[in-house]
Amino acid sequence: MHPILKLVLQRLALGCLLLVAASALIFAGTMILPGDVAQSILGQSATPQALANLRAELGLDVPPVQRYFDWLGGVLHGDLGTSLTNRLDIADTMGKRLGNTLFLAFWAAIISVPLAIFLGLLAVRYEGRWPDKLISGVTLASISIPEFLIGYVLIYFIAVKLRMFTTVAMINDGMSLGEKLNAIALPVIVLTLVVLAHMMRMTRAAILNVMQSAYIETAELKGLSSFKVIARHAFPNAIAPIVNVVMLNLAYLVVGVVVVEVVFVYPGMGQYLVDHVAKRDVPVVQACGLVFAAVYICLNMIADIVSILSNPRLRHPK
Amino acid sequence: MMRMPVSAMIGLFFTSLYFLAAIFAPVIAPYGMAEVVGGVWEPMGPEHWLGTDSIGRDLLTRMIYGGRTTIFIATAATILSFTTGSILGFLAATIGGWVDQALSRFVDLVMAIPSLIFALVVLSVMPVTITVLILVMGLLDATRVYRLARAVAVDITVMDYVEAARLRGEGRLWVIFREILPNALSPLVAEMGLRFIFMVLFVSTLSFLGLGVQPPAADWGGIVKENKEGIVYGIPAALVPAFAIATLAISVNLVADWVLNRTTSLKGGR
Repeated sequence: MHPILKLVLQRLALGCLLLVAASALIFAGTMILPGDVAQSILGQSATPQALANLRAELGLDVPPVQRYFDWLGGVLHGDLGTSLTNRLDIADTMGKRLGNTLFLAFWAAIISVPLAIFLGLLAVRYEGRWPDKLISGVTLASISIPEFLIGYVLIYFIAVKLRMFTTVAMINDGMSLGEKLNAIALPVIVLTLVVLAHMMRMTRAAILNVMQSAYIETAELKGLSSFKVIARHAFPNAIAPIVNVVMLNLAYLVVGVVVVEVVFVYPGMGQYLVDHVAKRDVPVVQACGLVFAAVYICLNMIADIVSILSNPRLRHPK
Repeated sequence: MMRMPVSAMIGLFFTSLYFLAAIFAPVIAPYGMAEVVGGVWEPMGPEHWLGTDSIGRDLLTRMIYGGRTTIFIATAATILSFTTGSILGFLAATIGGWVDQALSRFVDLVMAIPSLIFALVVLSVMPVTITVLILVMGLLDATRVYRLARAVAVDITVMDYVEAARLRGEGRLWVIFREILPNALSPLVAEMGLRFIFMVLFVSTLSFLGLGVQPPAADWGGIVKENKEGIVYGIPAALVPAFAIATLAISVNLVADWVLNRTTSLKGGR
């Protein structure tokens, strides 16, 4: 078999294995409590009858290993169980919210990825001078700032003081694309700012790394303009690390989305998860945790596979 | 004494300010922690320097006590994550074999799930108390310290002086604490600042989501949550704690950078 295919398949298999192990860990995470899960959901004042009902519903009388495989089997068939609090099918409720979250993340990615790459290139072009220093300073600061601060500062100054955009990002099916985009403008800006800093720093580092190699020096000595050196020689070689950076940051977006959705009361997965953690609705929490983990693991896997595919040393085996 | 850069001085000033305020909170706070002293969301003024909060408590007092909670939880969780992470990392590096494999693969698995998501999953069945928060945050973060400690220790275990100690017949604990630990200390300490910031942001985020410190006690994230409805009416009370979190994180970052530069230049730029 071609070695590159073998590597990719290995990585895919590892990803699947990781996914199954992660599901087991998430399941075990809700079993961590030494006492009784039903008791901690209902509190100390629960009647024995209510406790017994909840235990039966959660299947607590079945041994945990069997319960895990029942749950995993259901998940593989697209059955995520039913919510404890509102008796609705989790998969139905989640489908719509997942769509909303992906819509938000999609627009954040569309804006932040080209912007980050452009600013990263700019920082390399003016390395050590004021644009580079400004970009480094701003990114360093924005890494230390919690997402909700960026969110509320934007709401306070843009939505409340300037009266542009809305303070809550409600969207529904009846809205046109333009209305939807207007509604999610602020959360998209926040998410963009959150990932932009990381992405830009890593892009800058990746290109600088390439810029120090011998063929770049040759190109410079040949008398090529610095723009041409970056565009023709450095950029193609930096694509693999940059794609890697982009994927890692999209994975980071998955976590950022939880907080941003709560700030803007956006009807997505993050809000769904946080609400049901507070209500101690274990089946919903497990399902959401699994979906978030799956997206995160898949993006990391794609990042690895891209870096395997783009490595010419692997494409032409000796 | 080397000349201290301005950025480090600013960082050190704010870091010590916040830590001192946290330690002496009951002495310097003008009012009681949960005492209602005025109207709802009164503006800043001489009587209430930062105004009052959503139910009329003095915001400055809440901020001082909130900082105490935030800093206490973040510090305790950082200490927990460093002790567990580095001891397990050193053990894995010195024992090697299947112990190392098992620990490392488990850490890979935990790190494959975003910490915030995993923390939310665990907190959905745990009673949310400060002890539980510190345990969950500290143990989740210990995975990152483990990776660093193991990587550093693997390099050190092959050094001649470790070999010499082993041939001398020293036990494993001696090798870990007297040979490896002193040599691994500076990269670990450099990492400590970053982990502390991460903990501050982590606990603030959890409290902001309503799953961290429970009322009437509050940390800075919790105070943001209590006052967030005011934002829509143009009341900036929620921005105050959010701003405090950001300045604390940036200051610690500046100090950590300075310490890192200093220790590396002392060692001849290694």
